[in-house]
Amino acid sequence: MENHRKTRLLIGLGVAAALLLGKLFIIQILDSGYKENALNNSMVYDIIYPTRGVIYDRNGKIIVGNKVAYDIMVSPREVKEFDTLSLASVLDVSPDLIRDKMAEYERNRKKIGYQSVVMLKQIPASTYMKFDEVKYKFPGFRGQVRSIRDYPINAGGNLLGYVSEVDAAFMERHPGEYRSGDYAGKTGIEAAREKDLRGEKGYNIYLRNSKNQIETRYKDGEMDKEAVPGHDVVTTIDADLQQFGQELMKNKVGSLVAIEPSTGEILAMVSSPGIDVDMLSDIGKHYQEISKNPYKPMFNRAVQAPYPPGSCFKIVNGLIGLQEGVLRPEYSYPCSQGYHFGAGHKLGCHSHKSPLDMEESIMMSCNAYYCYVLRNILDNKRYGSIDEALDKWREYALSFGFGRKLGSDFPSELGGNIPSSKYYNRVYGKNRWNSITVISLSIGQGEIGVTPLHLANFCATVANRGYYIIPHIIKDSEGVTIDPKYHEKQYTMVDTTHFRKVIKGMWRAVNSGFGSGGTASIAHVDGLDICGKTGTAQNPRGADNSVFMCFAPMDNPKIAVAAYVENGGFGATWACPLASLMVERYLNGEISPGARQDLERRMREGNLMARVKKD
Amino acid sequence: MQGNVHERGLKQSVDWSLVLSYLLLILIGWINIYASIHSSEPSSIFDFEARSGKQFVWILTALGLAALILFILSPRLWPGMAVPLYLFVAVLLIAVIFLGTPVKGSRSWFQFGPVSFQPAEISKISTSLLLAMVMSRNDFKLSRFKDFLLVAAIIGVPMLSIVAESETGSALVYVGFIFVLYREGLSGWFLALIGLAIVLFITTLTASSYASILLLAGVLLLCNAFKEKNFWRWILFSALFVGLMAALPSIWNLITGAVSSAADRMANTVTVPLPGARQKVFGTFLLKIKPIYLLMAACLGALPYFAVRSFRERNSFMGLSCAAFVVGLALVFSTEFIFNDVLQDHQRKRIEVLLGMKEDPAGVGYNVNQSMIAIGSGGFAGKGYLQGTQTTYGFVPEQSTDFIFCTVGEEWGFIGCAVVILLYVFLISRLILDAEQCREPFTRIYGYCVASCIFMHLFINIGMTIGLMPVIGIPLPLLSYGGSSLWAFTIMIFIFVAMYREEKKYY
Repeated sequence: MENHRKTRLLIGLGVAAALLLGKLFIIQILDSGYKENALNNSMVYDIIYPTRGVIYDRNGKIIVGNKVAYDIMVSPREVKEFDTLSLASVLDVSPDLIRDKMAEYERNRKKIGYQSVVMLKQIPASTYMKFDEVKYKFPGFRGQVRSIRDYPINAGGNLLGYVSEVDAAFMERHPGEYRSGDYAGKTGIEAAREKDLRGEKGYNIYLRNSKNQIETRYKDGEMDKEAVPGHDVVTTIDADLQQFGQELMKNKVGSLVAIEPSTGEILAMVSSPGIDVDMLSDIGKHYQEISKNPYKPMFNRAVQAPYPPGSCFKIVNGLIGLQEGVLRPEYSYPCSQGYHFGAGHKLGCHSHKSPLDMEESIMMSCNAYYCYVLRNILDNKRYGSIDEALDKWREYALSFGFGRKLGSDFPSELGGNIPSSKYYNRVYGKNRWNSITVISLSIGQGEIGVTPLHLANFCATVANRGYYIIPHIIKDSEGVTIDPKYHEKQYTMVDTTHFRKVIKGMWRAVNSGFGSGGTASIAHVDGLDICGKTGTAQNPRGADNSVFMCFAPMDNPKIAVAAYVENGGFGATWACPLASLMVERYLNGEISPGARQDLERRMREGNLMARVKKD
Repeated sequence: MQGNVHERGLKQSVDWSLVLSYLLLILIGWINIYASIHSSEPSSIFDFEARSGKQFVWILTALGLAALILFILSPRLWPGMAVPLYLFVAVLLIAVIFLGTPVKGSRSWFQFGPVSFQPAEISKISTSLLLAMVMSRNDFKLSRFKDFLLVAAIIGVPMLSIVAESETGSALVYVGFIFVLYREGLSGWFLALIGLAIVLFITTLTASSYASILLLAGVLLLCNAFKEKNFWRWILFSALFVGLMAALPSIWNLITGAVSSAADRMANTVTVPLPGARQKVFGTFLLKIKPIYLLMAACLGALPYFAVRSFRERNSFMGLSCAAFVVGLALVFSTEFIFNDVLQDHQRKRIEVLLGMKEDPAGVGYNVNQSMIAIGSGGFAGKGYLQGTQTTYGFVPEQSTDFIFCTVGEEWGFIGCAVVILLYVFLISRLILDAEQCREPFTRIYGYCVASCIFMHLFINIGMTIGLMPVIGIPLPLLSYGGSSLWAFTIMIFIFVAMYREEKKYY
């Protein structure tokens, strides 16, 4: 019996030992969680943030650089009792903010552990110097140098875009690329070239003890990684022109886009009202203010607003008519205050000579003329039905880049809209509509939506006599190569020979002198040979929008500009002078004294904000 | 007797394998103490300013003590020493409560200048010796109530005074003497009942009293089944009862839910007040009955039946079962009380953390959490000697004393842990096997006492570092830093080695 008991006790000993070994087996071999915890416990990754690439304009001017700012970091576990009031006054914040933060850290102390967290972001160097002198009084608090964006030129916040800390949603969209605390370009150029600009983070690995004191470098720094600075990026922007456009558009809602026709390079892209560059470097602080602004400054109208192009679209219809053979430059059509159709229906027009030929129709912007043109296109016997004819028309329009995304390297570009037969069949029913129903397409109204970028690109296409190069904002430079598609010519479906004829009309619109009936005489600048087309687009939310597109000089054009001013009235009133000033500034480097400078002053001082309906 | 031709030499008479495992363990302890204090600026392992150097001194003196006990002192002294030593230590144990230096909330240390020692350490030896002496008497019979009481008193006096010193953890070691009593004839059911009590305590805390009572009834019914002639019928009825009762709470929820909603409907729609009201009263009455009342009613109804039956059939086992049930019931209902009012705050929290009732990785759970991280991060083969990041940089508290096993786990991995545990198993089983070989009951019983003490320390300490046991601050024998513990275990083990040698010399 007694030996029995000895055996049982020995078995019990074995079972107890097996129990211990089993549990050890689980935590040491099966469960990897403890190993990760151990690393978190003792390894400190001291992240080295790379400096972000500098953004240059086309002439080598820095438009976005870097400057030093300081984050105030705190390791809650190391914090001893301190004088909240004196810390608050040194850091120039309210004592409540510090109290709230400390209370928050206390609540999350388990999560924070021995880590340090950012308490204040991007305090200016002057504030930091004050803190630095007294920081010995506040154990647990320290400053961390961070490089933030600096904007030597006010080149427009919407164009440049802002950089801000990544959030959870952003990290989800870019798996594995960012960790919380990282910064990334969110809009504009910063977002478009994020991959070039951001560089690569580096880190030093340290081992620390349980009191969070750094003990030594992990493997003598063998595993450390150096930060790789971001690539500099050269943009196609002309900083001077951009800034000039920015100033002109002050107190107006709308957009200016300038393109170099021969290269497709965007010279300026203004969206107004925009985000001020002063707000960009610390967007988080101003975010509320910006998002509450009824004029939506975050909304980049240059690429995101689908406007009706108005009379500028007459050029498109004219070119299509010419190519289709249903219009010849010498065709004349009458206009008696508009185009009459059906019983008492009329598409109105302003007073000008009648009848008139194609060049004159462009010069004087006759509505009736283009009603005839569109009807000729749509009722063309070559096509079996109006469906087919309209879709052909649409195909032409799309070949100019309308109704689809151009494929620019600028982010969040909008496609706009060119209606198709399918659309009208849905709205009116099959065979329940005809060329009269859609007559407003002739003058760029109705269901047409184009962005200022589309319009500028179209203007460049005309300037190039039949092709465009996809507008883009980044140039080839050392370390950055752009997509080869930005060097390829995109031909439209209209033969280059036809363009000559409309260009003549555009030239006459500008250069015929006041009293001639030319709608854009105000855009005339001696010696620049500006060719342009005005537009006055209906705006259901108030006064008409003022539209203008132009390029110059007529031969070998250097710049194409589209101007769009919401609620600006006639094209000639606001858009036309603004665009012509852009052209003059770009080509001549200055505005000529006298009438032109008076015009410039008037434009700068003009305030249309009261006319714009707020949301 | 000296010079007897049959006398065996040192080589044969001393259990060298036992001594070797002892030496290996203190060596492992020493190098791990060095590793646990090793930091970025390592000092020599012999640096007497550091704990490794001090431990070296403790080891040398312990070896001196071992030699003294083995070669110089006569093993025949010990039985005679038992009573005076026990009394002396008992006085010390009680005196320390009033005169001791408070260390971390407990008064268990005497401090004489630079030297401090814990009477509780020697008390394990003195208790073992007295137990061996009393139980080896010819007229001793454990089943006799008087003798049982004597043994209980011998174990109980030091145990209770240690509890009074607020060293509950050390007191728990004395529970290990139950294994010695078992070896010497205590009924196995006694062990089983203690195990059952622990299980009930944990079930009540983590699940519910209902589950506990059901478990108790189920286990007792099953035990009785083995003693019954109609084994299968007994099992069938028991299973039916337990199954029904297990399903009762959910069934009861359904019934009361239906009744209360029906009563509500009645009260709202029926215009004649009387039936509706009656219905409602019935409903609320039903709602007041909880499933546990029904279970209690069933159990208390069955209890007299089994009691009468056991009396009629002279079935003492069934009678004892009835008694055990009542005691168990009392335990279940007093669990809350014991847990909340008898246990001290820190003890309660440690148990809560162990049972997963609360998570507190920064507070009470910090030690265990960090210690498990350290051990877990060691993986299969460990990080290598002196390469541990957790123990070296002080994430684990008390790492050279109570949590020395973390260093082993982190730096030597699963292999190292297994080696250490197997060394202990070897040591303990050598003690048991050697004890069994002895002719003198004194030596045998003493040997079992030593084995039990080491086992309890081993299981509680390692169990604590890996989250199997609540945090109980007792050292890992021979490995942990500290002279008083090392000396005590050395003396304890070598008294046995010496007595064993004495027997081996002649038989």
